[in-house]
Amino acid sequence: MPGEHRIWKFGDDVNTDLIIPGRYLDNYDPKHLALHAMEGASPEFAAGVSRGDILLVGENFGCGSSREQAVIALKQAGVSALVAKSYARIFYRNSVNLGLMVLVSQSAYAMFDDGEEAVLDSDENAIISIDRKKKAFFEPIPAHVLKILEQGGLMPYLRKRLGR
Amino acid sequence: MAGKTLAEKILSRASGKADAEAGDVVEAKPDFVFSHENTFLVNRSFAELGLEKPWDVSKVAVFLDHRSPANTAQTAAAHARIREVVRKFGIERFYDVGEGICHNLLIEERLIRPAQLVLGSDSHTTTAGAIGAFGAGIGATEMAGIWATGSIWLKVPATLRVDLGGHLPVGSYSKDVALQLARKLGHSGADYMCVEFSGSYLVDTTIASRMVLCNMAAEMGAKTALVPADATVYSWYSSRPSEDRSALCSDDDARFEATIRMDVSQIPPTVSGPDKIDLSDSVDKFLDIDVNQAFVGSCTNGRLEDLVAAAQILKDRHVAKGCRLIVGPASRRVLEDAIESGVAKILLDAGAAIIPPGCGPCLGSHEGVLGPGETCISSSNRNFRGRMGSDDAKIYIASPATVAASAVRGRIADPREVLVDAR
Repeated sequence: MPGEHRIWKFGDDVNTDLIIPGRYLDNYDPKHLALHAMEGASPEFAAGVSRGDILLVGENFGCGSSREQAVIALKQAGVSALVAKSYARIFYRNSVNLGLMVLVSQSAYAMFDDGEEAVLDSDENAIISIDRKKKAFFEPIPAHVLKILEQGGLMPYLRKRLGR
Repeated sequence: MAGKTLAEKILSRASGKADAEAGDVVEAKPDFVFSHENTFLVNRSFAELGLEKPWDVSKVAVFLDHRSPANTAQTAAAHARIREVVRKFGIERFYDVGEGICHNLLIEERLIRPAQLVLGSDSHTTTAGAIGAFGAGIGATEMAGIWATGSIWLKVPATLRVDLGGHLPVGSYSKDVALQLARKLGHSGADYMCVEFSGSYLVDTTIASRMVLCNMAAEMGAKTALVPADATVYSWYSSRPSEDRSALCSDDDARFEATIRMDVSQIPPTVSGPDKIDLSDSVDKFLDIDVNQAFVGSCTNGRLEDLVAAAQILKDRHVAKGCRLIVGPASRRVLEDAIESGVAKILLDAGAAIIPPGCGPCLGSHEGVLGPGETCISSSNRNFRGRMGSDDAKIYIASPATVAASAVRGRIADPREVLVDAR
């Protein structure tokens, strides 16, 4: 997780219809989905997001539909990690399975602002401001989740496990 | 030692870990799995593994229900690809255009049984709890993982018990119970939990109405929902299930996260919205909101009893000018039964547009997409902004009776008042 990245901040209960509206689900091409990432919550996001950017969100992120396209859209748009107070369960699983880093922190949300740049430090397991004056720690990632994330998602993990 | 909840029992059996309890992470083998249009994504991930076919195709079903018949050329191409995949793998339980909604067919076609572990790549897989099965929604890639290995990691959920006593008053239905529960719990009040329904209300409650409760539990964040199998379920399967009775319900001394008690005899017709399911309240708080579209259907409320409830309101009445009523039967069987019983004729005479069995306009891709500034009252499950079309449309959720009454008035209306009005 090296480098400095812009924070995009959203509130509580951002549902998957806001992350990728149902009307775009006909086309499974990740590039098409990325053009509409977060469209329901912020029409400016898809055009403004850069590779490596961080989503900082509140409670229950990704609630609603099981659509995996929500994760595909964010990942393809360049989002490197999510930092949330909590996730809806299917969204969390989908992120792990597609290798999108889903981090949990109760304190980061109040500490960082939209548009601010920050660093994700995997040694410290924290998000840190550029001037290093602000630091919010992540909750440890459970072992059964980490082993999948470390391989970049469920399919790479299974390829290794099944010797494919 | 404390007893076990039904959720703990089912996941203990499915994982082979005899004493699995809430909070444990287990590797479980599902008894049945299914996917819908997202089979396209399941197969795309599965193909990365280079395996010949899924681990056990007799446990796999595929449904085309979400954008069915195809709404665009792209969907048609995806449908074609899915049919190829189904043929290649020899998946016999394939339900093509016109058959109906996955959650409905699982029970109607008796594809699943009580106490089974059922996983579907759809968030409303909780509906399977209506016959006492542990149904949970997952994503497409982990469905591919199950296709490959026949197993999946799951956290054993804590159980929130919802004890429902009494009998519903005239004009109220299980949907109203679900919306009042959403008001009480909030849209994330059952996060990661199993919601287990119990109580005297359930004794005379149909499987269709139980499906409404379990379906709507997903809107409160539940991982799964359960109505333990009873005589109603046994008769649905025309025999007592072979499972031991104790395997089908929670122990009396099981550990519940909490127990909520509701007296359903106090529940009025209820409306929820816009935007959030827990913005639910008695219909009289919503009267006089103009409605452009009314929808009776979806996996929540698209069964015969729902169409009958709407027909009782609509008989010898007509949908108001400026309002449209869309009716989406949840399956071919529902549509056939509605035709044979005369219910379909009543709906048509009242001005309803009946669409093919499937998810219909619920997810905003076709058959009743909302325009900017429009308002819809719907018997479906989600009123998220933008869900059914324009971000500037408003969605209210209610029972089929309240939806039908609102269609007659052209504004949100109390079904009890419409029923007593002279025709």
